[in-house]
Amino acid sequence: MRYWDEHMECMDRSTLQEIQLKRLIETVKRVYTSVPYYRNKMQKLGLIPEDIKDLNDLQKLPFTTKQDLRDNYPYGLFAVPLSEIVRIHASSGTTGKPTVVGYTKHDIGIWSEVMARTLVAAGADKHSFVQIAYGYGLFTGGLGVHYGAERIGASVIPISSGNTKRQIQLMVDFGTTLLACTPSYALYLAETMEEMGVDKSQLKLKSGVFRAEPWSENMRKEIESKLNIKAYDIYGLSEIIGPGVAYECEYQCGMHINEDHFLPEIINPETGEVLGEGEYGELVFTTITKEGLPLIRYRTRDITALHYEKCRCGRTFVRMEKVIGRTDDMIIIRGVNVFPSQIESVLLELGEVEPHYQLIVDRVNNLDVLEVLVEVSERMFSDEVKKLEQLEKKITKAIEDTLGISVKVRLVEPKTIERSEGKAKRVIDRRKI
Amino acid sequence: MYVKQISVFLENKSGRLAEVTSVLGKHEIDISALSIADTTDFGILRLIVNKPDLALQVLKENGFTVSATDVIAIAVEDKPGGLAKVLDILYKNDIGIEYMYAFVGKVADEALVILKVENAEEAVNILKENGVKILSADEVYSL
Repeated sequence: MRYWDEHMECMDRSTLQEIQLKRLIETVKRVYTSVPYYRNKMQKLGLIPEDIKDLNDLQKLPFTTKQDLRDNYPYGLFAVPLSEIVRIHASSGTTGKPTVVGYTKHDIGIWSEVMARTLVAAGADKHSFVQIAYGYGLFTGGLGVHYGAERIGASVIPISSGNTKRQIQLMVDFGTTLLACTPSYALYLAETMEEMGVDKSQLKLKSGVFRAEPWSENMRKEIESKLNIKAYDIYGLSEIIGPGVAYECEYQCGMHINEDHFLPEIINPETGEVLGEGEYGELVFTTITKEGLPLIRYRTRDITALHYEKCRCGRTFVRMEKVIGRTDDMIIIRGVNVFPSQIESVLLELGEVEPHYQLIVDRVNNLDVLEVLVEVSERMFSDEVKKLEQLEKKITKAIEDTLGISVKVRLVEPKTIERSEGKAKRVIDRRKI
Repeated sequence: MYVKQISVFLENKSGRLAEVTSVLGKHEIDISALSIADTTDFGILRLIVNKPDLALQVLKENGFTVSATDVIAIAVEDKPGGLAKVLDILYKNDIGIEYMYAFVGKVADEALVILKVENAEEAVNILKENGVKILSADEVYSL
């Protein structure tokens, strides 16, 4: 089974656009009548729902940001009576008030559907054993993948995150065929397997869907070789629906966005101007089928580019490139935009280091300094100081060549950079500005 | 002919050396020689111990980055010029020394030295030809 819903996933684009326009018009009407926040915003711009006549009119609509969700905490942007909300999820709220999202029964159905497409594209079917090592609970990762896996009739192993040794034991004993977790946790699992003396040949694992943090093409190769699987990138965010917003097919050439539910745009994050195909900018989504919390032009802060040509897999859905960074994770060092993923690629390309690194940004005498901590692996260790110093220089030069700014590389002992079962903390910004 | 040296990667922060020695102590591993090469950020601890394989294993288990390297242990006359004589032999034969350190000897009239050279095999042959006493691994581990 290659597709979950061939009719939708491979629909010709003009028919798809008709569906999108019809759904967009309905959504705009719905938020105008049911969400005072959107009505006020549109009125300020002198807009009425009837002004939306074709897909290009989307650009007339106002943006929604994470701050707007916080300002309307908890339920201010919901478009249905709370009695129709059957599920609440929320972000952790580490950077402020949590972002609360709500789903109607119909929304949960859509979510299961887009996640089913995602898992089928990653090789799953009703015979699969899907081990879900994303956290369950208010975080959308666990339950999102769970409902999708149930929709296709796979056997779900809802282990949630943590308990690493037990994860591996169950993977062996239960014959897990598909693993869902963050990419850094996948590597941590592989590392722990080695320590436990479990060989990848003991696993029935065939593929995995990984996300919830940025990861590079090289990290994919590491995961694929260490676990002997095909590693698929998936994409989602709770504000839009959770995992399942976009998914990779077997050609791994970008993630197909479930465009019959989510309308994507790429904008210049500074000016808000809509950019063309292939141009890098901030990804913006308008949900066109959601009932509980429809969002208009929601700014994801993720930086990527879109490609519209038909994929070799037969799907017509637009493909988004791997996210190269975030407008808010992006660190600006002496005026240069730096994404942790760039450093990760450099380290992996050198082939001598495990991707355990951390960036420390500080300001010394009014000058930004970037320090890169890299864990020394056995493979790169030498009993000679000069060889380690050469390695340090090689890493420094490779990073400087890529970023175009000077950095200080410091080799540190293994396992001293904090491991995470969720998102790896890659940047520590100590600048006091 | 070679002696197995254990090398450990250490960040320059307090307490790390104590941890290494305490791990070794717990496993009844006796240290007969050690040296530390350090830079501003990190150091390499080099150890000669009585049970190198066990030391390698327990240090790894305790999360250290460790490697084993073959080095040469020689005995030189414990009097002025004793070491110079050996170094002169190596120099004349164009053998570069990566590093060396002296080591607590329990043999009268002899000072013991650990040498890491570029070409170990050639070095051993030349030292032997010149009558320099080379210690076997067993001799060193039992010191």
